[in-house]
Amino acid sequence: MSESLLSIRGLNVQFSAYGRSQQVLHDVSLDVPAHSQVALVGESGSGKTVTMKAIMGLLRDPPARILSGEIRYEGRDLLKLPPRERKKLNGTEMSMVFQDPMSSLNPVFTIADQLGTILKYADRRLGRSRSGRERMARVLEVLAQVRMRDPERVAASYPVMLSGGMRQRVLIAMALLSEPKLLIADEPGTALDVTTQAQILKLLKDLVADRGLALLMITHNLGVVRETSDYVYVMNKGVVVEHAPAAELFSAPREDYTRSLIAAVPRLTGGMRFGSAGARV
Amino acid sequence: MEFTLFLIRRILWSLLVLFGLSIVIFVIARAMPGDPARLALGPRASAEQVTQLREELGLNKPLVQQYVLYMEGLAEGDLGKSLLTRRPVNDDIRETFPATFELVLSTITIAFFLGVPLGVLASRFKDRWPDNAVRFVSILAAVTPSFFLALLLQILAGYVLHILPTTGRLPHNIGFVADMTGLVTVDALLRGRFDVFLEAWRYLLLPSIALMAATMGQIARITRSSMIDVSSQDYIEASRAFGVPEPVRLFKYMLRPSFVPPLTIMGLEFASLIGNAFVVELVFAWPGMAAYGVRTILQKDLNAVMGVVIVSGVFFVVVNLVIDALVGFVDPRVRIRGRRA
Ligand SMILES: Nc1ncnc2c1ncn2[C@@H]1O[C@H](COP(=O)(O)OP(=O)(O)OP(=O)(O)O)[C@@H](O)[C@H]1O
Ligand SMILES: [Mg+2]
Repeated sequence: MSESLLSIRGLNVQFSAYGRSQQVLHDVSLDVPAHSQVALVGESGSGKTVTMKAIMGLLRDPPARILSGEIRYEGRDLLKLPPRERKKLNGTEMSMVFQDPMSSLNPVFTIADQLGTILKYADRRLGRSRSGRERMARVLEVLAQVRMRDPERVAASYPVMLSGGMRQRVLIAMALLSEPKLLIADEPGTALDVTTQAQILKLLKDLVADRGLALLMITHNLGVVRETSDYVYVMNKGVVVEHAPAAELFSAPREDYTRSLIAAVPRLTGGMRFGSAGARV
Repeated sequence: MEFTLFLIRRILWSLLVLFGLSIVIFVIARAMPGDPARLALGPRASAEQVTQLREELGLNKPLVQQYVLYMEGLAEGDLGKSLLTRRPVNDDIRETFPATFELVLSTITIAFFLGVPLGVLASRFKDRWPDNAVRFVSILAAVTPSFFLALLLQILAGYVLHILPTTGRLPHNIGFVADMTGLVTVDALLRGRFDVFLEAWRYLLLPSIALMAATMGQIARITRSSMIDVSSQDYIEASRAFGVPEPVRLFKYMLRPSFVPPLTIMGLEFASLIGNAFVVELVFAWPGMAAYGVRTILQKDLNAVMGVVIVSGVFFVVVNLVIDALVGFVDPRVRIRGRRA
């Protein structure tokens, strides 16, 4: 593997509340090389979101505590950076694609306002400056990049006026605003219907390929992994139990846990049956 | 479009409620014990005089007919004559309403501009000392009766510290008549009398604070819980993840979606404010409509009571329509879907 863009080593995270504590990540290590697509899979509660939040510096202490470990981005340990330096990276070096298009946009501000505000403060952190008009132009540009047919109209809209698929695209646009090198997507589109979700994944895959971005895809759905990733980490109860190139993992899974994940999941493409999945929703 | 329909529906509904209110008050006022004519003429009037006044007032006619007559007058904007002041109720209300309006308006403004920041502060420092302090003050303010607070303030600020006037709306010798809107502060500004404006505020301050306490506490508590709700929403987490600075997150991203509950509460508080205003008006000799209403109730001054209730009702309805419009302005979901989220 080439030099890693993101590299986690021996990460231990514990949550404490009401005098009781519980360790939710045990010695997690993973690598995301530049320009590569890596997946982190595991069932609900396995610690995927906690891992993501640790990378993005979003864990709150209390209740979360990082006991030990390193999270290196381009060689610098994020856990040792002064907070000001750490904050500079969010949105500009690494960005998150939020999971739930229904709840991740502020309902009382227009899309232009929300994207514009994020861009404004990202610019400020980087010591760049842009006029209001230039900022708006960038917002429209990014909305066009996520294949919005009418960026002007979308920009002027409030979230309630947009469909779930469109909102998810806005969330992707949000992540791309300041041209980060690493995208972290936590279960993008799981709140959407299957067809729309497939479109979103396709969009994400194309964007990542076109721009040469690195992608860390977090999901419990191995069907998603098959579509989007080169390399897979499998996580169970806070422990990385298996990791391998995607093709290898699907053809020769080593762990029973991985096998059960593969068996449980419908494929996104091809003739699949959604009966069981539909019944759960 | 949806929103306009929503507002129109609210107006029609309010008219219906006001109509029902007029019937209820009309009946209750007449069912209260005591003869209005006897009360008005005093114990020494002869039986014939009383009968004659009853005749004049139409009190011997059937209730339905009395109501129809009253509504006919009302349709022409005539609220009848007051037995207490022996003047048209219209004149009495035109004189007293602006004073109450000004008092209630300044009260709600102060309550809002203190309550909202206190709520924001409490939510930001949830479960720490600023939060506990705000919660303590809110509860204290909510349980302190306004008459007690009014007297306390009057004694402290007026008689002990001598910093603020304790009775009336303006000094007698200031030579100013609020003859445009009837609101002294507004008229003073319109006429360019800044000295009068400041003086009027000195007079407004104590009664407003006495009246404000409970409402401010309510607004602070509602803002606090609303902000705490919003703070755990994904979109706040998202703005944090993208490095939007905390002040912007707090006062823009969180406060605006949190605004609807305090606004709604404010509209509802108007009713109790008008109700409570009478105590404050009595203590501070504030020449307002609330005090007038209570005096007329004690006198069974039927027309005046009806007039005060109807004007208060219309006031309440108008205020709440304004608030509905504000809610639509603050929250696009309401504007777009035409109903509250
Ligand atoms: N704020 C918190 N306080 C206490 N425990 C927490 C907190 N957040 C997460 N946990 C615990 O950490 C563990 C991992 O949770 P996490 O959200 O990372 O799971 P996940 O893999 O993302 O699951 P899902 O697929 O459902 O999103 C869970 O056992 C959870 O109970
Ligand atoms: Mg999760």
